[in-house]
Amino acid sequence: MEYLLRAEHVTKEYARHRALSNVSMHVPEQSIFGLLGPNGAGKTTLIRIINQIIGADEGSIWFNNEVLKPKHVHEIGYLPEERGLYKKMKVGEQALYLTRLKGLKGHEARKKLKEWFERFELTPWWDKKVEELSKGMQQKVQFIITVLHNPRLLIFDEPFSGFDPINVNILKEEILNLRRNGSTIIFSTHNMGSVEELCDNIALINKSEKILEGEVHQIKKAFKSMIYEAEVDQLQKPLTEILDRRFTLIRSEKQNGIMTIRVQINGHSTTNDLIEALLPAAQVLSFKELTPSMNDIFIKKVTGKFPLEK
Amino acid sequence: MSKTATIIKREFLSRVKKRSFIVMTILGPLLMAAIIIVPAVVAQLSDSDYNIAIVDDTRLFYDRFDDTNNILFTPLSTNIDRAIEFMHEDRFDAVLHIPEIAFEAPSSLRLFSEKSVNFNAKLLVERILQTEFESLKLGHAGIDKEILKAIETPINIQAIRIKDDGELITDYPEVSMGLGFVSGFLIYIFIFLFGSQVLRGVLEEKTSRIVEIIVSSVKPFQLMMGKIVGVGMVGLTQFLIWIVLTFAIVTTFQVIMPDLFRFTPDEQVFVTSTQVLSAEEMEKQKEQIQQFDTTAGQIMQGLSAINFPVMIFSFIFYFLGGYLLYAALFAAIGSAVDNEADTQQFMLPVTIPLLLSIIMAQMVISNPSGPVALWLSMIPLTSPVIMMVRIPFGVSYEEIALSAGLLVIGFIFTTMLAARIYRTGILMYGKKTSYRELWKWIRHA
Repeated sequence: MEYLLRAEHVTKEYARHRALSNVSMHVPEQSIFGLLGPNGAGKTTLIRIINQIIGADEGSIWFNNEVLKPKHVHEIGYLPEERGLYKKMKVGEQALYLTRLKGLKGHEARKKLKEWFERFELTPWWDKKVEELSKGMQQKVQFIITVLHNPRLLIFDEPFSGFDPINVNILKEEILNLRRNGSTIIFSTHNMGSVEELCDNIALINKSEKILEGEVHQIKKAFKSMIYEAEVDQLQKPLTEILDRRFTLIRSEKQNGIMTIRVQINGHSTTNDLIEALLPAAQVLSFKELTPSMNDIFIKKVTGKFPLEK
Repeated sequence: MSKTATIIKREFLSRVKKRSFIVMTILGPLLMAAIIIVPAVVAQLSDSDYNIAIVDDTRLFYDRFDDTNNILFTPLSTNIDRAIEFMHEDRFDAVLHIPEIAFEAPSSLRLFSEKSVNFNAKLLVERILQTEFESLKLGHAGIDKEILKAIETPINIQAIRIKDDGELITDYPEVSMGLGFVSGFLIYIFIFLFGSQVLRGVLEEKTSRIVEIIVSSVKPFQLMMGKIVGVGMVGLTQFLIWIVLTFAIVTTFQVIMPDLFRFTPDEQVFVTSTQVLSAEEMEKQKEQIQQFDTTAGQIMQGLSAINFPVMIFSFIFYFLGGYLLYAALFAAIGSAVDNEADTQQFMLPVTIPLLLSIIMAQMVISNPSGPVALWLSMIPLTSPVIMMVRIPFGVSYEEIALSAGLLVIGFIFTTMLAARIYRTGILMYGKKTSYRELWKWIRHA
């Protein structure tokens, strides 16, 4: 596979603690990559190293099969977690300034900015000071500044924190658009649920170490829980008699006459075996597999147990 | 355009376009011009005449009181009660009474007035009477006026400096003092004003959280230097506008009202000489003294002794060198803290050498070639102010070169130090930074 960005055995230590130990990560071209992990796991450190804001102590970063160099900043767009603008500076002027620092020429930047401002309905605010804008509008401006120079790699650190739901949807739309047009996107977030449906690949980081990496659907397959939930009615026999040693009953709950049971299938048994066991003894109202979320997988990886198993 | 240039341009323009900059740039020269012009105007305004009637019961001193510019004497032959009535009729501002016994008992002298007495007039009257009484007493003691005249020996030493090449130049320490102190003080003000602007600028970028966006495009060092240079250019611009405008305003006034600036010698000086000098002699002496003693004349002579190319060149050099040295430190402080209140603990060690140099400037002025002056003008933290104080007195090129070299090394050093603190500091939020922390940043960077 063609990787746009590779991190190889990256280690970074601060005066007091180790932020990254021997982390490798491979981001395929034109994919959406989720860099997931709890707060303080080292995500922002890794992103800052990719952005060449800080240097790694050991290991290397490869961009487009070249060792990462200062010239690559023009091919990367970065929306940091801690983001802001000059409050007293005019919106348009500021956007021009920041994109010029990304290597864009003045007239080209102006033309593109006008287009984006039009698209995000920001045109009337071009000559206003940033402090006059609502928070949502400021975030749109920051987003535009991040993507304006058409970077091959976009990095969003906690992109949805602080965005209202409407803007989150606009943002997701635009991000999918950008990928369609050839960009590669890295999302970094501790809120794993928020990007799960967007990501093609993920890497999980915990306490400075990468604990998992791969394609989302393959990870999900590998972490099949084999836990199923069924709603049953008119039980003929006690559950302990219905479910033999091939199954483990995790939980049963009766509400309004309907029994909800959660069962794990052991060994080489299949869903058919479970259904076969249930059918003669009860009326099966529903039957579904409990697929673990990224969050569940993370917890399983860290603690060895799915939160579903209770 | 390089990125650093883009940053410099923004830092410069965003400040120059601010209303406060425009206001200060216009108000500054107005204030400076006012300092020069207002005293001259006030001096002219206060020139209303002050009339003193003299009632001399001894009849010895009537002709001894000569009018000055604005103090006029009128001898009256009436008695004192009548004279006071005249004063009440507003014909005089004050009445001087010299009673019969004045010569034996000077404490019986009286100066009456309705309003509070004019202080200058009182001084003048006292001076005249003292001189007259003294010469009368000398006469009584049998000392001849001619002898007295021969004894009077005015001393006016010309200070001559012998330069290394043997050239002799007349020294005017007063002018050197003034020039040295003013230029040292200007550098001090400039460093403080614009250094703290750098600090606030860095802090603004940090607290508004724009800094991480910027350092993903440029190196932290470029951002820091861009700010320092940009703000420095703002300072230079403002300074140059100030000088040009002040000069323009003062010159305009000189053209419109030339009388204001004609320096006239203090006439009271010559009253004492009336007895011993003929009118002709007095004129001659007057002219002589006028040439030497007028403030304007002395300043002109003093200024002509100053080496202006060296002065101007070194002013610009120390102006910029001092600013660069301190601005880097101010930038480091701004990056290390989260808000303006926290700057205090780090400001102190940076401002102390600056304050010290302006305090020591007074000592340096009184002994510009002494060891304290020499050392302080070599240490880069104090040399910008102290060397500027010394240069008008004449400093050898070797010393200037050494001090300048040390200053360059000094600001390269502080800039490197600051860069290390800066690139870690700008991304640190939340916890209060300690000196130990700073030291770690410097070592680990």
